[in-house]
Amino acid sequence: MSEPIKIAAPLTEDVIEKLRAGDKVLITGVIYTARDAAHKRLIALLDEGKALPFDIKGQFIYYVGPTPAKPGAIIGSAGPTTSGRMDAYTPRLIELGLKGMIGKGQRSKEVLDAIKNHKAVYMAAVGGAAALIARSIKKAEIIAYEDLGPEAIRRLEVRDFPAIVANDAFGGDLFEEGVRKYRKVG
Amino acid sequence: MRKVSAEEITKTVRALCISAACDLEPDVVSAVKSAAVKEESPLGKEVLEQIINNFEIAGREHLPMCQDTGIAVFFIEVGRGVQLEFSLEDAVNEGVRQGYRDGYLRKSVCHPLKRTNTGDNTPAIIHTTLVEGDKIKIKIAPKGAGSENMSRLKMLKPAEGVEGIKSFVIETVSVGGGNPCPPIVVGVGVGGSFDKSALLAKKSLLRPVGTPNPDNDLDALEKELLASINALGIGPMGFGGTTTALAVHIETYPCHIASLPVAVNIQCHADRHKEAVI
Repeated sequence: MSEPIKIAAPLTEDVIEKLRAGDKVLITGVIYTARDAAHKRLIALLDEGKALPFDIKGQFIYYVGPTPAKPGAIIGSAGPTTSGRMDAYTPRLIELGLKGMIGKGQRSKEVLDAIKNHKAVYMAAVGGAAALIARSIKKAEIIAYEDLGPEAIRRLEVRDFPAIVANDAFGGDLFEEGVRKYRKVG
Repeated sequence: MRKVSAEEITKTVRALCISAACDLEPDVVSAVKSAAVKEESPLGKEVLEQIINNFEIAGREHLPMCQDTGIAVFFIEVGRGVQLEFSLEDAVNEGVRQGYRDGYLRKSVCHPLKRTNTGDNTPAIIHTTLVEGDKIKIKIAPKGAGSENMSRLKMLKPAEGVEGIKSFVIETVSVGGGNPCPPIVVGVGVGGSFDKSALLAKKSLLRPVGTPNPDNDLDALEKELLASINALGIGPMGFGGTTTALAVHIETYPCHIASLPVAVNIQCHADRHKEAVI
């Protein structure tokens, strides 16, 4: 297998243009966490015409609800959750400038269209590999919705966070291409 | 009659919650390891190696292998010779409360409509049966939502028979794709009633991975289904590959002459289960 590509977060357009479905990446920089309940609140803010709790332009959202940190630890275990549950909210965030998403599993057609139309990228991390992934998180700070506990929005500083490009900005789809390659039935 | 105290139950449940989240049973670890050897996709192989590496870190550093430490599901067998002078349910829930707090596990249980978190991962799902003897056997299988959400149930027509069962199982795995964190274990409950089939499917997941079904016909059906599922090409995490499932487990029960319930309970690769006997 090829070596992983090192990329910086937040994302820039020239980096997005270089990424293709199936590429392994190591992300270093700042990413934000949000899952079901936080997404619902973000969209409610937009409906009310209010500002989001962080500037979403160029950012990554990592779909994760970590376990509580043990005393002295930065964060608990922190693997990806199923991205499809955020599909209803995602196109609107991409339109506002969200560029990267990290989760697991396939996205809806609406999300894939938004990724293509607005030059974004969706990456998958290995689901369940939560203790391993947590090692790449160097700093974690709750910036909004503390009452949501594991679902609060966190600002994470990551170093060499491992992920795989699942859907690139050109319509490339690892799930579709990978499965087609190994499918042995009609 | 042998007396067992509420404290003993609570203490045992607390320990089971923590160890189930951090230390995977050897049957699952060896199933993933042999899958990593056989996987044809280079990327799939790397994913499986990352999963094994994660199991090792979790066990060594006593961390939850997955951040979704699940809703706590229990199967409890209470010997008829045991005297319980308290609410078994309360004692188990107290153990869950303590285990999820002291083990730094995620509290993932909420009101179904208001979505407010109960804050302590209770209530647990508790299935209790009475058995012979004077012991209490407690089995825990904490269940994450990623795989649970990909589970399905269908009331087939008896005319659909075994072929109908096979296509429903394969369709369920196909629809789930990469969402349930493959490689998965597929639990299938056939027969009984609407509710019983789901319980059979869940219970079948407790059988150690890699052990054959004691019924020859079911064993053959499990092997056939496993081959068909792995021919789907979904692969580790849905990235494509030859390992989509580690095993298929089937449990059956007699059903009404007019019905054929089939439940498919999907389990992710973090197939957590532990048991203790008091």
